[in-house]
Order: sequence, then C-alpha cells, then structure tokens
Amino acid sequence: MSSLLAASIPDVGVFVVSAVIVLAGALGVIFARNAVHSALCLVATLFGVAVLFVAQEAHFLAAVQVMVYAGAIVVLFLFVIMLLGVDREEDPTLEPLRGQRPLAIGFGLLIALLVLVIGGRANWATGQRAARGAADAPGENVELLGRSLFTDFLLPFEVTAVLLVIAVVGAVVLARRPPRAELIAMREEEERFRAESEAELASSRKASQSDEIEAAGAANREGES
Amino acid sequence: MSVPGEWYLILSALLFTIGAIGLMIRRNVLVMFMCVELMLNAVNLSFVTFARMLNDIGGQVVVFFVLVVAAAEVVVGLGIIVAIYRRRSGATADDLHYLRG
Repeated sequence: MSSLLAASIPDVGVFVVSAVIVLAGALGVIFARNAVHSALCLVATLFGVAVLFVAQEAHFLAAVQVMVYAGAIVVLFLFVIMLLGVDREEDPTLEPLRGQRPLAIGFGLLIALLVLVIGGRANWATGQRAARGAADAPGENVELLGRSLFTDFLLPFEVTAVLLVIAVVGAVVLARRPPRAELIAMREEEERFRAESEAELASSRKASQSDEIEAAGAANREGES
Repeated sequence: MSVPGEWYLILSALLFTIGAIGLMIRRNVLVMFMCVELMLNAVNLSFVTFARMLNDIGGQVVVFFVLVVAAAEVVVGLGIIVAIYRRRSGATADDLHYLRG
C-alpha cells in the first residue's frame, strides 16, 4: 500500500480507471445475456488493457492491441453473430447441468487463489535482468521491439508467417459451402442420428420411470407390513 | 514513480479468473470463445508487466507472438462455429454432444 502511495497521482488514477473498465467489461462479457452485448463489453476490456500497455511503456503493443483485437477480432465476432442470427437472448435460469455454476465459481476462485499465492510466494523472477535487451534502452519502444524481433526472434517470426497462411487456408476450407449431394447426405445422417439418440433417451427415461414405480411399490409394501 | 507491478499482476489474475469462470458457466460457444480471449489478454498484461519489472524487452516480444496466434485461433475457431451452425441450428455447448463419437 505504501508503495502505491509513493506512485504519482496521475499514474494511480490512470491505473485505477482502466482497471475498473477492464474488470467491468470482463464481467459484462460473462453476464450479458445477448451475445452482441458481450462482444461490446469485450471491446471495453481490450481498450482498458491497451491503456495499461501504454502506462507500462509498451506503445507498439498498445497500438497493435487496438488494431488487431478491437479492430479485427471483435469485428469478426460481430460478423459471425450477425451472420448466424444468434443474437437472441439466452435464458439464464436454465441450468442443464445441476450444480455446474456453483462448481464453476468455486473452481474459478481456486484458480484466483492459486495464481495469487504463486505470484506472492514463489520466486518467479530469476534475478537475471534484461536477458534479451533492456526495455528502457535508448531509442523508441518500436525500435527496440523491432530490433529484438529481427535478430533474436527471427525464426519464430518467420514461423508465424507460416501459421497465418495455415489459418487462412483453414478458414477458406471451413467456410466453403459443401457440394449439394454431400450436404444432403450429411443432413440425412444428422436426422438418423437425432432419431437414434431420441429413441435411446426415451428408452432410458422409460427404464428409470419403471424403476421409480418399482421403488414406490416396494416402499408401499414396506409401509403396509 | 509509476504504479508497482504487483498491482498489475493482481489485476491480471482477476481478469484471468473472470475469463475462466465465464468459460465454465456460459453455454453459448461464441461467448465461451470471448472468455478465452479475456484469459489471453490477462496473460498478455502479465507479460508486459514482467517486461517492465525485469526490464527485458523479451516479454513484449512474447506478447506480439501471442497476438498473432490469437488472431489465427479466432479465424479458425469462428470458421468451425460457422460450419457447425450451417449443418444444424443452435450451437450451445450441450448441443454438440454428438462430437463424442
């Protein structure tokens, strides 16, 4: 706390305001009932993170964050939401798996505890500073990042080019509309599968009902005797 | 003097937790995907914080690569979701149980 007080007022103000935006946006993503609202809350979170990047002298990454995430990824999300017409609201009272939500929140808090304990106790800092070049060396942030990318990290950088090509080819293959005959065959198989699974479900339900009836009968007999 | 790195790390842990909880409680595949993005952003934030704390540009380079991988992941993931929606109406995670083979 004292270290926070030692920080200058504008820095603390920027941190607090953007932290509130980040957390509120994140909560909005998971609690909004409409997928479009979730996507818009995601934009708020991404902008908040970009501000925190600027506050930590990562100017290039902040710009890329806004362009790639807020500019491209969220627009892609919105495109898919609108294209598929899934912007109808989800019923939050429906809970198909019993006890899923309390369990999920319990596990989530466990994760938070774990991260905080590891962060607070463990020696995550190796003590070796500036192994890949100092972040505050003379020159702009972009210059330092570029020099590091094209010297130390040249091979990974080239590999990302291959990765992007693979992603583009994969997206084209996935988005291709299948030939008509194939589509009809797929629909038929789908119908058959659905019928089978419904029959299976009905038989298992009948079995459990007859079990219940037997159990109730046994209880009655015990009560009578 | 700027805000100490520990505060950024705590914020990043909270953001990661919210993303993980969202991934577990939501059933809409698109929203689950957004929660994965939240978790990725939390990790990016902690990388940038470590880059500042240890005065090492390597942390920022890693964030750069994470951004590239996230973009590729979103493109392929949304392609898969579109393909699923085209074959059947509705794609909550529960509807996809036939993937179990």
